[in-house]
Amino acid sequence: MLEVKNLHKVYDGHGRRVTAVGDLTFSVPEGQFACVVGPSGCGKTTLLRVLAGLLPATSGEVLVQRTPVTAPPPGLAVVFQEYGRSLFPWLRVRENVELPLKAQGMARSDRGALAAEALAAVGLSDAHGAYPWQLSGGMQQRVAIARAIAYQPRVLLMDEPFAAVDAQTRADLEDLVRSVWQRFGVTLLFVTHDIDEAVYLGQRVIVLSASPTTVAQDLTIDLPAERDQLTTRSDARFTELRGQVYAQIQKVKAPA
Amino acid sequence: MVAVAARTSRVTGRRFRSVTLGALGLFGFALALEIAPRVGVVPIDFAPPTSQILVSLGELVGEASFWTALVDTLRTWALGLCIALVAGVVIGVLLGSLPFVRAATATTIEFLRPIPSVALIPLVIVLYGPTVKSTLVLVVYAAFWQVLIQVVHGVADVDPVARDTALAFRLSPWARVRYVVWPTSLPYVITGFRLAASVALILTITGELVIGSPGIGKEIDNAQQSNAVRTVYALIVVTGILGVLANLLTRFVERRVLSWHPSTRGEEVTPA
Repeated sequence: MLEVKNLHKVYDGHGRRVTAVGDLTFSVPEGQFACVVGPSGCGKTTLLRVLAGLLPATSGEVLVQRTPVTAPPPGLAVVFQEYGRSLFPWLRVRENVELPLKAQGMARSDRGALAAEALAAVGLSDAHGAYPWQLSGGMQQRVAIARAIAYQPRVLLMDEPFAAVDAQTRADLEDLVRSVWQRFGVTLLFVTHDIDEAVYLGQRVIVLSASPTTVAQDLTIDLPAERDQLTTRSDARFTELRGQVYAQIQKVKAPA
Repeated sequence: MVAVAARTSRVTGRRFRSVTLGALGLFGFALALEIAPRVGVVPIDFAPPTSQILVSLGELVGEASFWTALVDTLRTWALGLCIALVAGVVIGVLLGSLPFVRAATATTIEFLRPIPSVALIPLVIVLYGPTVKSTLVLVVYAAFWQVLIQVVHGVADVDPVARDTALAFRLSPWARVRYVVWPTSLPYVITGFRLAASVALILTITGELVIGSPGIGKEIDNAQQSNAVRTVYALIVVTGILGVLANLLTRFVERRVLSWHPSTRGEEVTPA
């Protein structure tokens, strides 16, 4: 599970103080799929980097699995937006997926089995030997997701993972993430700027305000667990929730 | 597939043409050097025609002393290059990874780096006399900076997202060097190696020639002392061939080691 308590982050440099995150408090219970949306520049990425232990908070506290985060916490995996730079071009697909396990000192056969399972889960069983740059963008992001799954995290963070893929691929990957979440039972925090995506994917949508960031709205998405690109998106409740999030975002970004 | 095959043959064709043109150019150069002394443009005593140089080269190849000298040169060169490469990579990775140390040493490096290796000749003669060791010091000194500078740049080139990925997956500092920093720096290391290889060859020959440590350089000096002008030229040709071979070797290594790198890989067809 994830807890964020009074998180405050100020970037200080070149004689300029920029408050990226004002005062942020929320928690994500074990196994929940939560989406974070907000206007651009609202500190979504800052939040995610603090959670991942890649950036220290100015004040406040962040806990992953009840342990305060001071460095990248164990049992947490991240899927970055820039899959092309997050995957290592000098390693084949399977080696990319296995690398975090190899670095942990896991035995070859064990990590091989985990990698194979993870690649099968993202539908890439036949791409083990390819280099990432030989694959399409959508397939590369699948590899990054497989790498995260194979790591067997309790918490999975995703930072606008589908911002750079085309709409068709995006819909496929959204369903993939839903199925991966259901199958592996991770706590998932999915950062996006896309309102439809947030409502379609999550059990809950946390709307952030414009910088300095606070939680503007915390919405439970009471759509059925089985979701489908066609029926869910044409559901009246989906439209209603989407409208609520949209109105909220318009409201928080109004001053700008 | 057809498109790929056509492209491959086009590439092969282009390479064939460039090889042919290269050979023609070399042949023309040799021909000019054959004719120039014969028609009296340059004095034939100091600039023998190509054919005579080649005859001398043929004679040299038959002598055991030539092969001993060649092995001496190759040994000094390779050894110097190895030391420079290992030291350059190790120190370069350390400097590149520790910004504090890098900042503290930058000025010193910028001071030491431009010092021409040959300026150290009097010093090494005093220290080690006319030995291989003296030449080796010159070779290592000159080649080391080439590698070091490249490696420091290479380490700085690690993609921030790749670094974050490695950190988020809790790779240890050693694992980050091994699996992220090293592969990122590898293209730079190879460039450094290629630059270092030619500089090391120059300094090997220079050291042998000036200091008198055993090798091709010393043979050139000996031939000059005994007024064997054609032999001098033949030996110079040998050093040229060594340079070309060194370049071919590094290009071969580059293609093997950097098959994943955008500069080496072809734009592969994306599977649908």
